[in-house]
Amino acid sequence: MKRFVVASGAMAFAVLLIGALLEPLPSGVDLRVAVAANMTASGVEHPVTAVLLNFRGYDTLLEIAVLLLALIVILASGIDTTSDRSRATSSILQTLARLAAPLMIVVAVYLLWAGAFRPGGAFQAGAVLASAAVLLHLTGLLPSWQAPLLTLRWGLTAGFLIFLAVAAGLLTQGSLLQYPPAQAGMLILLIEVGLTLSLGLILAGLFLFLSRDPGDDS
Amino acid sequence: MSSGLLFACVGALLFAMGIAGVILIGNLLRRVLAFNVMGSGAFLILVGLAQRNDVPDPVPQAMVLTGIVVAVAATALALALVRRLHALTGKLELPTDEI
Repeated sequence: MKRFVVASGAMAFAVLLIGALLEPLPSGVDLRVAVAANMTASGVEHPVTAVLLNFRGYDTLLEIAVLLLALIVILASGIDTTSDRSRATSSILQTLARLAAPLMIVVAVYLLWAGAFRPGGAFQAGAVLASAAVLLHLTGLLPSWQAPLLTLRWGLTAGFLIFLAVAAGLLTQGSLLQYPPAQAGMLILLIEVGLTLSLGLILAGLFLFLSRDPGDDS
Repeated sequence: MSSGLLFACVGALLFAMGIAGVILIGNLLRRVLAFNVMGSGAFLILVGLAQRNDVPDPVPQAMVLTGIVVAVAATALALALVRRLHALTGKLELPTDEI
């Protein structure tokens, strides 16, 4: 009975939503015009990067804060006592992972650099870095992380702190996160480098802290 | 129908399937998955509607990029809590309280 009610309710919701989507929506404000008009002042050439790091920098600042918060809560939730896994390690996998990891780092740097003028940027680069770490962990080359030491803590928080420092430093210029157009490109690149490093470490940490063993003291 | 609208309609279907899954499924791992299906539906609607016209709107795309990263963080947090519950009670379902 419950299944039937929920399923038919969801179906009705989907039909209503699709009906609303198919109606030509009158758009009150066209953001494409606003973005295109301000592209020259943004410091980058790709509109998505300009929106992410300049026009709507608040979103990105809060996003890295949310990621950091999730990681802190995961660290605070404690170590499992039931975790026994047999890790399949074959030499072919390990060799391929050793070959792939440096290439992935190069790809991450390229994505970071390309974000200024084509699709790419800090998030994609951070995801590639994190997947390199996860790949090395799954092939048994990188042990899972225990409680983070000082260096790792600085690395995890660097992106957020750099972003916050830039935002606070610009308060003297007027409002929060309003870059002067002349230095906007350099500031965005600085923030993106910090974000890439921290995002890679945080996303890898979400996996590697979760997969730690209580008896693993490496 | 343009391909953008088709994406948006598929997103609406995914969202509805995700809602039904979150309500109906008791197993927490599958419920987290259903929640992710819901999120993917919302992202598809945003991206699909952003490219209704010829020039895609960059603002929803940037919002989806932000949303994906936050969804990853939320999923990892949910999985950590599920693992903790499994370690404490040995079950993958929320305890039902009888009233």
